[in-house]
Amino acid sequence: MAKLPLFAVLLAAAPAAAFPAGAAQSVTVKIHNMQFTPATLTIAVGTKVIWINEDTAPHTVTDRERAFRSAALDNQESYSVTFRTPGDFTYYCTIHPMMVGRITVR
Amino acid sequence: MTERNGRNGAGAAKVDRRRMMQCMAWAGTGVLWAVSGGVPHTVGLIGDAEAAQNAASGLHFVQISDSHIGFKLPANPDPVGTLGETIARIKKLPVEPAFLVHTGDISHTSKEAQWDAADQVIKGANKQVFYIPGEHDVADIDNGKAYLARYGKGTHGRGWYSFDSAGVHFVALVNVFNFNPGFKSNGLAVIGDEQLEWLEKDLAPRSASTPIVVLAHLPLWTIYEPWGWGTADAGRAFAHLKRFGSVTVLNGHIHQIIQKVEGNVTLHTAASTAYPQPAPGSAPAPGPKTVPADQLRQYLGLRNVDFALSRQGPPALTDSRLSA
Repeated sequence: MAKLPLFAVLLAAAPAAAFPAGAAQSVTVKIHNMQFTPATLTIAVGTKVIWINEDTAPHTVTDRERAFRSAALDNQESYSVTFRTPGDFTYYCTIHPMMVGRITVR
Repeated sequence: MTERNGRNGAGAAKVDRRRMMQCMAWAGTGVLWAVSGGVPHTVGLIGDAEAAQNAASGLHFVQISDSHIGFKLPANPDPVGTLGETIARIKKLPVEPAFLVHTGDISHTSKEAQWDAADQVIKGANKQVFYIPGEHDVADIDNGKAYLARYGKGTHGRGWYSFDSAGVHFVALVNVFNFNPGFKSNGLAVIGDEQLEWLEKDLAPRSASTPIVVLAHLPLWTIYEPWGWGTADAGRAFAHLKRFGSVTVLNGHIHQIIQKVEGNVTLHTAASTAYPQPAPGSAPAPGPKTVPADQLRQYLGLRNVDFALSRQGPPALTDSRLSA
């Protein structure tokens, strides 16, 4: 299935606090103890999701269809995606593929 | 760069009597394992004449693994340093290895500077090195492009290859792409159809008496499913390997030594040169395990692999710790 580039993918490697909460809403997913928390998320179109790696192991945030994909995030590094169209997304960590998260954009 | 077409490492181990005696002394740091009837047993203590003969008459190489250059947390703030200690030990071996194999996770997060630092240290061994990627080496945003550009020249598909040395056939498999996201067996590594077809063709012309060494980063048997420590389609690889009389599988990934025997196949995971990980299931999650600094080197090390080519059977493996 082909997904068009629907996202504004922003940088890695900056703490989430560096992002001021602008007009668009943002949600933070913590990566901790080899889990995405929360692992399932329902958000409105236009929401920015920020992942922060709080583990000592590095992780990636990789959509299974490769619609978005982070580089390896080391401890305390972050990555964010703004979801601009509705859809269901399943993502995982390519380094620890048992780690899975889901996002529903409405 | 590494060449991967055949006669690599062919100046292997010509050893005179003097060096053989030195080797006997060195062998005292470990116990040599052999397998007969499917049961591993020690072939001799240290200095045993048979053990020395093993090292003297065949192919000797060294496996290192999981160097994680770029890691900087308390589990090991200096992985460059511990890799350097590992290389220093290799340089002191009384019998020079024909070459080194590195079974993946050279880098921690797939950065050129990390590979640069690793190369700088490893080249101190002055040996050819055969690499395979770990999942930490293909975690760049382009899913392995950087690793393959740097280490994958002359390889097939996404970095797999084979070579021969002193009558032993080496197969370097890549099982760090194509992970399926998911829990349980869905999260295991995958070799994949394309590579398995290549493997079948690569092995087809070899006689069953050819000793085979398989390199792969993730274990080719399922050590612990909930942590993804296994390879979902490894059984299909073993279907191609089972006719061979001696198959030795050398894995990395789990930063600890675990061994298993399946008929003519012996499987061995290796110690890391950087930091330990918890025993399977002994912690909420896998990951770097912090031990007291003065104990770290008990968990790190290297592996000598010695083939006695005058006799059939598996190689003798000697694992040495950096603390020893």
